[in-house]
Amino acid sequence: MGYDDVGGFSEYKKILILLVIAALMFISALTAVVMGKYGFTVLDVYQTVFTHVTFGDVSAIEKLNNTIIWDIRAPRILLTLFVGGALAIAGAVFQGVFRNPLVEPYILGVSSGAAFGAALGIVFPAIFFSLQLSAFAFGSIAVAVAYLLARVRGETPVVTLILAGVIVGSIFAALVSLLKYLSTDAALREIVFWMMGGFYYATWNDVRVIAPVVIIGFIVLWALGWKLNILSMGDDEARTLGVNPERYKFIVISIATAVTAFAVSLVGIIAWVGLMMPHASRILLGPDNRYVIPASFMMGGIYLMICDTMARTLTNAEIPVGIIASILGAPYLCYLLRNKGRIIFG
Amino acid sequence: MLSVNDIHYTYQNFPVLSGVSFSVEQGELCGLFGPNGCGKTTLFKCCLRFLAAHKGTVHINGEDVSKKKVEELAKIVSYVPQEHKPPFPYLVREVVLMGRTPHLGGFFGVRRKDKEIALDALDRLEISDLADRPYNQLSGGQRQMVLIARAIAQDTPIMFLDEPTSTLDFHNQMKIWEIMRSITEEGKTILACSHDPNHVAWFCDRVIVISNSGVVANGHPRDVINNEILDLIYKDTCSVRSTDGVRMVMPRCIIEKKEQCSSGILAEHPDHSCK
Repeated sequence: MGYDDVGGFSEYKKILILLVIAALMFISALTAVVMGKYGFTVLDVYQTVFTHVTFGDVSAIEKLNNTIIWDIRAPRILLTLFVGGALAIAGAVFQGVFRNPLVEPYILGVSSGAAFGAALGIVFPAIFFSLQLSAFAFGSIAVAVAYLLARVRGETPVVTLILAGVIVGSIFAALVSLLKYLSTDAALREIVFWMMGGFYYATWNDVRVIAPVVIIGFIVLWALGWKLNILSMGDDEARTLGVNPERYKFIVISIATAVTAFAVSLVGIIAWVGLMMPHASRILLGPDNRYVIPASFMMGGIYLMICDTMARTLTNAEIPVGIIASILGAPYLCYLLRNKGRIIFG
Repeated sequence: MLSVNDIHYTYQNFPVLSGVSFSVEQGELCGLFGPNGCGKTTLFKCCLRFLAAHKGTVHINGEDVSKKKVEELAKIVSYVPQEHKPPFPYLVREVVLMGRTPHLGGFFGVRRKDKEIALDALDRLEISDLADRPYNQLSGGQRQMVLIARAIAQDTPIMFLDEPTSTLDFHNQMKIWEIMRSITEEGKTILACSHDPNHVAWFCDRVIVISNSGVVANGHPRDVINNEILDLIYKDTCSVRSTDGVRMVMPRCIIEKKEQCSSGILAEHPDHSCK
């Protein structure tokens, strides 16, 4: 498996940390499902979940319990897990490929593209019938354009790629502003809300859409963890060590973009998770992506789960989760910068 | 083992290599020697296919490198760059383990044997004490040693080293040259460029001198490191002297001062010390 312990390559400890994070993830999920406005007893909640998970007799559960716990809370919590995980692994991949620890998954313009797609869907519902599909399509188009723009003579240098991402991002941001300007008050409100990100309308359908993509993407990226380590050393280094930088950059950027675009198209733009969680993973486990990828996935999931639970329980109305994620995230990055700055940021 | 034929390379409108040809036999420690900016690193990059030469071919083991895949090439040739600093704090032993990448397979790839080879490479350079330090926080010289250990772990029949001793102290310089000699005695081939004519003269089996006009000389150091060649590439700044049978390249100004002292010209002036 490549995880055996040889002369100080202390990998058992890292595996143990991964297992602890996994346990934390289950505990957070089970806690989050109990939290909420309806005062169910803990027993009620677990009975409902247990019946569904073990394919028991659903009709025996009280209808209200079933609706709120299984049809509303459970998919919402799973969706936060997959979205948080997707953004965090995408962040880890982009930081590795761009050899820059301050990169986030939206660097190539996927968020601006998706925002434009969503805004089109809101302003012209007759033409762009599915908001999510439109957001996904334009998010992917934005990254594809940035990638093609940066490709010179068969090579895509990192600096050019980032600049291309900035250019494409700002074009789509301008187009979103144009749509905002043109739209009615109701549509404007909807666009603004969409861009803050949120899990208000989470259904099992959303989970069914995102889960396979994120799980497959996660497994492939995890398997490419070692190659990602090599890529993060630079293009020439990768070539020396027998990893074709152009090919693997293309593969990992495509996967990371796909999972990000799915996440953004379902829940809007949620910042910070993709930037912070890879850092938190590196502090715990070191920079080896064979550990950073799984740890980022789980910690991204946990973080967003906590943020969303706070978003729906703190006040009577819902707070957009993007706001909570930023308010919790900014002090954390300050802490990193002040205390670990020299280690992480070179 | 390595044969370079008529390589041309031009950066934008600035030609760097114009018709460089030479070959290196198996088991040779070959020094590449030449002034700054004459294209040594560019030549390395053409050989390693980081750059595609505009004209000419490079054959390693009789096979054209331009027809080789990146994965295949990494099994036959390793490279130690001049300077390199990654943004992430990989531990030294992880960096050395990366040298095993071309030989890895499977889902996670790294086997017990690969880790042992990596640790052995650290041992060979006597830097096992650095194993748990983050690589990007080491000094330039320490990083250079780690990269050499990585190339040793890569275990390829031919190694390219770009100024392997440029940032090392005297003790480590000698250590690296000795290690390079012992590697070639195992039948491997090394091409190393260096700016120190003495190192090249003392340790190499073959020296290739290049300047902006191409290969100036190619042969045993005894035949190549002489006053004519040094005058040509260094514009009359040094001379070859022999002390106790060891040939030594010295700066001409120092030699002249010494000669003036011994002939008594400067001895009368108290400002000039003849120590």
